[in-house]
Amino acid sequence: MSSEFLLCVSGLYKNFGGVQAVHDLSFDLAPGELLGIIGPNGSGKTTAINLITGFVKPSRGEITYRNKDITGQPPYKIVRQGIARTFQMVKPFYQLPAYKNMIIPLYSPRVKGMVGGKYGDRDAVALDLLEEVGFERDAYVAYKAASVLPQGYLKRLELAKAIALQPDLLILDELFSGLSLAEVAGTVPIIEKLRIEGKTIIMVEHRLKELFRIADRVIVLNYGQKIADGKAEDVMESEAVKNAYLGTE
Amino acid sequence: MKKRRERIDRGIKVRAGDVFALCSWREVLYLAGPKLLPIIGCLILPLLLNAYWQKVFLSVAVFALLAISWDLLAQTGMISLGQALFYGMGAYVSGILNHYWGLHPFITIPVAAILGGIICTLLLLPVLRLRGIYFSMVTLIIPLMLVRLIEATRIFGGTEGLSGMTPLPSKWLELYLIVLVLLCALFGFRRMLSSDFGLVLKGINDNDRSVMNAGINIYLFKTQALFIASAIGAFTGAFMTHVYMFVGMPVFALDYSILPIAAAIVGGPGSLAGATLGAFILVPLSEILRGIGGLRIVFYGLFLVVFIVALPEGIFHYIQRKYHRFERWVEVD
Ligand SMILES: Nc1ncnc2c1ncn2[C@@H]1O[C@H](COP(=O)(O)OP(=O)(O)O)[C@@H](O)[C@H]1O
Ligand SMILES: [Mg+2]
Repeated sequence: MSSEFLLCVSGLYKNFGGVQAVHDLSFDLAPGELLGIIGPNGSGKTTAINLITGFVKPSRGEITYRNKDITGQPPYKIVRQGIARTFQMVKPFYQLPAYKNMIIPLYSPRVKGMVGGKYGDRDAVALDLLEEVGFERDAYVAYKAASVLPQGYLKRLELAKAIALQPDLLILDELFSGLSLAEVAGTVPIIEKLRIEGKTIIMVEHRLKELFRIADRVIVLNYGQKIADGKAEDVMESEAVKNAYLGTE
Repeated sequence: MKKRRERIDRGIKVRAGDVFALCSWREVLYLAGPKLLPIIGCLILPLLLNAYWQKVFLSVAVFALLAISWDLLAQTGMISLGQALFYGMGAYVSGILNHYWGLHPFITIPVAAILGGIICTLLLLPVLRLRGIYFSMVTLIIPLMLVRLIEATRIFGGTEGLSGMTPLPSKWLELYLIVLVLLCALFGFRRMLSSDFGLVLKGINDNDRSVMNAGINIYLFKTQALFIASAIGAFTGAFMTHVYMFVGMPVFALDYSILPIAAAIVGGPGSLAGATLGAFILVPLSEILRGIGGLRIVFYGLFLVVFIVALPEGIFHYIQRKYHRFERWVEVD
């Protein structure tokens, strides 16, 4: 059975002890699509991403990527097939300068394979990628240790590390949280550029206004269950979504 | 007479990491000095020592290598409490090869380093996934188990051990072989750690999930680091087997696990040069204190505590910081 979808998630369950973090989640993702995932805190968005990227093993259900079953594979194998993610809680290498953080994804077998073994100077590529996500070259921000960088830069370092892997599917977990308005405004064009390059993107977001401007489709989670799926305007009109958001805020 | 601080810009030039011109012999010396000092020191020192201190020097070099091995693992996020495993494994492998097959030390030592490295890596492979203290506990327990195993089954000479090993052809060969290996390990692995491969190892220590998320199989890298570290350790054991012309249960003693850690910590954790420096201080100190008898361990322990409290960053990092200091005192009137 072959489908035109890049990613198919079907009947995914995950329990943590008694907590049903993800409950019967199914959705398909077409190539080139930008999917938003929203929902109140604790509704299972991060867990859903951990399941897709292999950081957490599902209790039940199946994930297929390019018509291949990837359920339960370790993260590094999933990344090599072209799925890259950022973490909601940033995970930089604190002891290293920002640009040295980039060397580790650039060293990965996926990137080595794509450039045919000869990368030239990884440091130079790292600095270019960081400049793209807004590390001002003149101010030498990229040379500062990750431990002294403010949250906004760490978030964008996460993004740069994911982009460095040249993924086909990019998953961003609350990238905009912790960014200032100006930083968000600076980041949106980067995402739009990635779309033009043909990347498929999943964005988990709390900043609904910015998300709705760029998302093709939105999924709403509540207590681990999908309660709505469709165009942003339609989804926000749905009764279930209104209740979920009103109930928690 | 008043004094003020004056900035020295040489450090900045050096630290910028960019291309810069060497303007004087002083600057050449400033850059090359830290590398030349240990090389020249290690080459000359054996010539100046008497027979007794030459033996101590061998032991210093062995513990320096074990400390380097420990630090390599620590920089990859694996805290080993069982360097004795590597040492003892190398000692027994070379001892067995020499005793039962009569192979020459020039063969048994390299074979024991590689084979011992492989055996230790395979033994620890199942626990590579364990993090933190769990990995440490297993490394602590395995050498203790091996001792009991040898005692109970009486294999390889049992409690008596195997004696009558072929010694190395000459005392000078012993001394300069270990100096050569020490210098190669120190500079070679320093270089390795500052390469992109080394960066991945340090990344695993810093944040292993983030390394996995970069499409890198962290267990493959940890295995490689473990093999390198255990091969270094196994080399030291194999070497000492031929120096002592004996191998027995004491090769798994706790000393070989604890002293390298103390050396790395006193010298400066996170740097191979620090680990080496630590061994060069602690091992001779332990020899000097031998003279005072029963209270030796007390003084030794006291010294360790004072050092760790006074210089928690480690001696090497302290010296390095002072060396690269950007300013000096000058007199003004
Ligand atoms: N590793 C874990 N162990 C136990 N419970 C977890 C774990 N990860 C998430 N949970 C629980 O699962 C639920 C969903 O969490 P999460 O996926 O982080 O939500 P969201 O990202 O939507 O805020 C929460 O109730 C959370 O406490
Ligand atoms: Mg979350």
